[in-house]
Amino acid sequence: MEWLSTFPHLDDASLTALKKSIDEGFRTFTRTYGGGIETFFQPLQFFLIQCERIMTRTPWPIVILVIAGLAWLASRSVKLALGCVVMLLLIGFFDMWDDTMKTISMIFVCTVLAIAVGLPLGIAMSRSDRLQNTVNPILDVMQTMPSFVYLIPVVMLLGIGRVPGLIAVVIYAVPPMIRLTNLGIRLVDKDVLEAADAYGSSGWQRLFKVQLPLALPTIMAGINQTIMMALAMVVIAAMIGVQGLGQPVLKAISNQYFTLGMFNGLAIVGIAIIFDRVSQAYGRRLQRHMEVAHG
Amino acid sequence: MVNTGGNSTGIQIRNLFKIFGRSGLEYVDKVQRGMSKTELLEKHGHVLGLKDINIDMPAGSIQVIMGLSGSGKSTLIRHINRLIDPTAGQVLVEGTDVVKFTPLDLREFRRHKTAMVFQKFGLLPHRTVLENTVYGLEVQGLPRGKQVEAAMTWLDRVGLTGFENRYPNQLSGGMQQRVGLARALANDAPILLMDEAFSALDPLIRADMQSVLLDLQKEIRKTIVFITHDLDEALRLGDGIAILRDGEIVQQGNSQDIVLRPADDYIASFVKEVNRGRVVRVASAMAPLGDGDSRSTVSIAGEATLEAAAYVFRQNDVDKLTVVDDANMPIGTISLREVMNAMLTTERALH
Ligand SMILES: Nc1ncnc2c1ncn2[C@@H]1O[C@H](COP(=O)(O)OP(=O)(O)OP(=O)(O)O)[C@@H](O)[C@H]1O
Ligand SMILES: [Mg+2]
Repeated sequence: MEWLSTFPHLDDASLTALKKSIDEGFRTFTRTYGGGIETFFQPLQFFLIQCERIMTRTPWPIVILVIAGLAWLASRSVKLALGCVVMLLLIGFFDMWDDTMKTISMIFVCTVLAIAVGLPLGIAMSRSDRLQNTVNPILDVMQTMPSFVYLIPVVMLLGIGRVPGLIAVVIYAVPPMIRLTNLGIRLVDKDVLEAADAYGSSGWQRLFKVQLPLALPTIMAGINQTIMMALAMVVIAAMIGVQGLGQPVLKAISNQYFTLGMFNGLAIVGIAIIFDRVSQAYGRRLQRHMEVAHG
Repeated sequence: MVNTGGNSTGIQIRNLFKIFGRSGLEYVDKVQRGMSKTELLEKHGHVLGLKDINIDMPAGSIQVIMGLSGSGKSTLIRHINRLIDPTAGQVLVEGTDVVKFTPLDLREFRRHKTAMVFQKFGLLPHRTVLENTVYGLEVQGLPRGKQVEAAMTWLDRVGLTGFENRYPNQLSGGMQQRVGLARALANDAPILLMDEAFSALDPLIRADMQSVLLDLQKEIRKTIVFITHDLDEALRLGDGIAILRDGEIVQQGNSQDIVLRPADDYIASFVKEVNRGRVVRVASAMAPLGDGDSRSTVSIAGEATLEAAAYVFRQNDVDKLTVVDDANMPIGTISLREVMNAMLTTERALH
């Protein structure tokens, strides 16, 4: 009756062999293609470093003004813009300015990348049920896989540094962007599309004049979620060398510096709140035409 | 395919079938041999949309399509610009079969030959009234100046000046419908497809829009397909009227045919409430001119309504009128009794 108390499993030798052969295969893959893949992502590294430079080298009052200005443009709310200013001043006052700027530039690049990948994929998914049915399970896996697991293959392929961190963050953060783009386009009213067709719209006209504008509020919700998930991931990505607020948090964990961890954690929360409120306010502004409903 | 402006385009629909469902084509034969809509739905899970439709719409005329809710009117009109593909049959516009168009041909056809007004308006909610009105022209790639010029003209004609920068859901249903109307008219296409285009309008504006349409028809003759539930509207606008029931045409003809010779009880019940005095023409009710008939000194045009004839009787003490044609040649006579018989339906007389 032994098979009842211990699950009858693959014997240890073959299990080890299996793992070994997969690992070995991946390692060979890395050795052969790692260099090529690294060159492929070179432009990303450049982009990321430039962003970081701009953010850290620009005098802080200008950065604060620009961020507050952008917040106002997106939300048209003075309160929100003032909130940004106060938040950033506090962060600077507690000497977390440089790390915060690095994190913000990281999030910015991640978001741009996630949009660049997620938007076309979401559009493609909205047009093909078959693609939707293949991509959706993959997204489910991506969203439930513990985020640490992403780090392993990325590190094996690209080593430690900014770019592998960036890629791990984007992989983790891109699913809502894809899903909500797909959903937003699929939810566009059939009658409206029919009218667009009846007037002879081409595929592109239909996409850019009707589907995307009407899906935009949903897509904005996707961008918002992507930003939030990217922020959650930057701390984990700090383990493989991503600069920014994650680094002090890691240091605080290994040395049990409670206050250091708390401060940097709160700074991340602060940035998250700013990004969240601003992008949501912008999303709402995109829906202005829905507001004054009649009847 | 260029927009030929005023030149209109006739439409012929031949043996058109539409059966909604996975394998509609298999049931065309059965339906043709008389399978009913209910049987098709209950036994085979397919919906009979249209059955063997044949209509000739001459260029420059208004074809009205009537029928109860669910009788297939919207389905039929959508076949003309192929928003719906038929299961079988032909839709000929200028002699070419719309069903055979390539996607590119179809796009050009929709851009330049047709414009459509939708039962559910179909406005773009993220665009202002003006931006909605220019949509068809924008898609065609017209210069912006011309787009706006045409849009403003038609917005004015439908009485929406001053609302250009509102969004559709800031407008009442009737106003939204007029935006859809302006959008279609701004397109200046030779074929106008109007699916219950006036249904959301109040009676005054509705009569006004009917006049706009009739005026337009005097200036530039378009081929208009007009769906309505309202028989009075159908009789006022329609050069030809087709009545649908359960996806089949039960009667086709002009207003006189429908009112005076309803094909069955269904149509008779439709026309029962009509004010015949204002619809039926003297020529339809007169006695044709026989040899040696006594003629009256007072005459009336054959195109005049019975009501007009009644007025003439009231003003002149005669017992007969001579009916004359366009060239003022006598074609028949009509008595007061004949006028009354034609004006009052038999059913009414029984009650
Ligand atoms: N896509 C579809 N799939 C299945 N059945 C459909 C579809 N579209 C329409 N039908 C059916 O076809 C029939 C005719 O519908 P249609 O919309 O043409 O009616 P209608 O005459 O325009 O009615 P109303 O006056 O209410 O607008 C209905 O029985 C409807 O259920
Ligand atoms: Mg309808």
